[in-house]
Amino acid sequence: MTSVAPGAPPAASAEPVPDLPDDTASAITRRLASRVVTLCWVELRKIRHDRTELYTRAIQPALWLLIFGETFTRIHAIPTPGHIPYLAYLAPGILAQSALFIAIFYGIQIIWERDAGVLTKLMVTPTPRAALITGKAFAAGVRSLVQAAVIVVLAALLGVALTGNPLKLLATAAIVVLGSAFFSCLSMSIAGLALSRDRLMGIGQAITMPLFFSSNALYPERLMPGWLQAVSKVNPLSYEVDALRGLLIGTQAHLALDAAVLVGVTVAGVTASALLLPRLAR
Amino acid sequence: MSEARGAAPPAGDVRPVGVPGVSAVRCAGLTYRFGDHVAVDHVDLEIGPGETFGLLGPNGAGKTTTIRMLTTLLKPALGNVTVFGTDARSSPMRVRRMIGYVPQLLSADATLTGRENVELYARLFDVPRRLRADRVDGALAAMGLTDPARRLVKTYSGGMIRRLELAQALVSAPRLLVLDEPTVGLDPIARSDVWDFIAGLRESAPITVLMTTHYMDEADTYCDRVSLMHAGSIRATGTPGMLKAMLGSGATLDDVFRHYTGGTLDDDTERRSIRDVRRARRTARRLG
Repeated sequence: MTSVAPGAPPAASAEPVPDLPDDTASAITRRLASRVVTLCWVELRKIRHDRTELYTRAIQPALWLLIFGETFTRIHAIPTPGHIPYLAYLAPGILAQSALFIAIFYGIQIIWERDAGVLTKLMVTPTPRAALITGKAFAAGVRSLVQAAVIVVLAALLGVALTGNPLKLLATAAIVVLGSAFFSCLSMSIAGLALSRDRLMGIGQAITMPLFFSSNALYPERLMPGWLQAVSKVNPLSYEVDALRGLLIGTQAHLALDAAVLVGVTVAGVTASALLLPRLAR
Repeated sequence: MSEARGAAPPAGDVRPVGVPGVSAVRCAGLTYRFGDHVAVDHVDLEIGPGETFGLLGPNGAGKTTTIRMLTTLLKPALGNVTVFGTDARSSPMRVRRMIGYVPQLLSADATLTGRENVELYARLFDVPRRLRADRVDGALAAMGLTDPARRLVKTYSGGMIRRLELAQALVSAPRLLVLDEPTVGLDPIARSDVWDFIAGLRESAPITVLMTTHYMDEADTYCDRVSLMHAGSIRATGTPGMLKAMLGSGATLDDVFRHYTGGTLDDDTERRSIRDVRRARRTARRLG
């Protein structure tokens, strides 16, 4: 052990890992940003190494757009605002659905990491629980974003007139990431309660379709019976779809409200998951 | 990466961290309960800087729970544990920055390359960007993984994964390396291979190592001092040589353990080794 007397000048070549202060506001923000970037980086590397999921997950939305979308466009069964083609109306809904499907099963990863001892190892790094959850939530957002790009291209190929405004496309990306961040937090919270992959799969299956059908993804809210409208009003997916539709195809949307709701539920979701995380690490 | 470990704190900095003479680990009256069951019962322990220390005992002795309190994963019910003078309960982030941890299960991410696995931990420990590549390469080289670093971990053998985990733990230049059953489930060749790398590491840098194991032969060969743990409390502490000498010539560490704990370790060694093999197989399957 080569202990050096305190007060001695640091060796010229030595560059110890900085002992960052842990409790100042700027340190907390910097660390949070760093962890989000790191976990998103990991997610992108994983997608790069194995793209099969990207392709298999494109099949379902493609079917929704091709079969459901084309058919309902033809029969004019669902009145759309401004009489836009139903396929155009549907495309943002399917985009949100696809992101929901990815995010709602994201908690499986955290259970796998628990079983494999990875979670313990992550929790022994200087990463607060909330930063770990936020990082994972945004990593789910990144995965959804890659998927969203596939669906946007698909919709454009089917003739949907989507916006070309780069600012609106950026805002679309932000909404997709936020929506996925929330639903992945919901999934990680369920993971913290269910504690097993099978149970999480079951609960995930049980709630995705109700979330989807009780939102405005397939049909405008005003067509729903009163009770379903009430459910749709508290369904974060409706706000995500409303924003995506406004941004991508220019329907009337409540962008500020949508963004505020999504940010609010994401913060609540991160808090809940972070509080439940110790149950998984036990 | 190794030279960083011996670095003095900047002049004028009066943190207890880095003050010579401070114990690497000190547990005082450390206690943890799961419901009514006392898993760790008033453990007192002191590990000097630079020591390789073994915490020995059968499954359920309380080794892992002790480690979990030291690594800030569990809050002690009673007592405290400090790492280089910093309390794990009150300053968990600072303690985590000093620790490199390798858990019992093979826990590298099979869907990433070896290099990405190590880079992840460099980022999570805030290794500055301009140092990151060198640190990652250094840690991989120290564990003999330079060549396979670009391959996905799913192509690695068990011994390689364990060495990769050591590289992950080392990339942040920790002062204390915590190894929970580092060679469990590995075949004998991989076991001695892992130990050779750990021994090589100690020669090149003044790192403190705390490990748990139930392989008495490994503890005998590689640990400076050991504590024998049984049913939540420490029954004996000393150098392997000293503990053996107390029982007379020809005694092994196994005999010492039997002497202090009433033979429980020997009774189910057979059963446990079968369980280890099963667990290793499960891990291998999971990692593809």
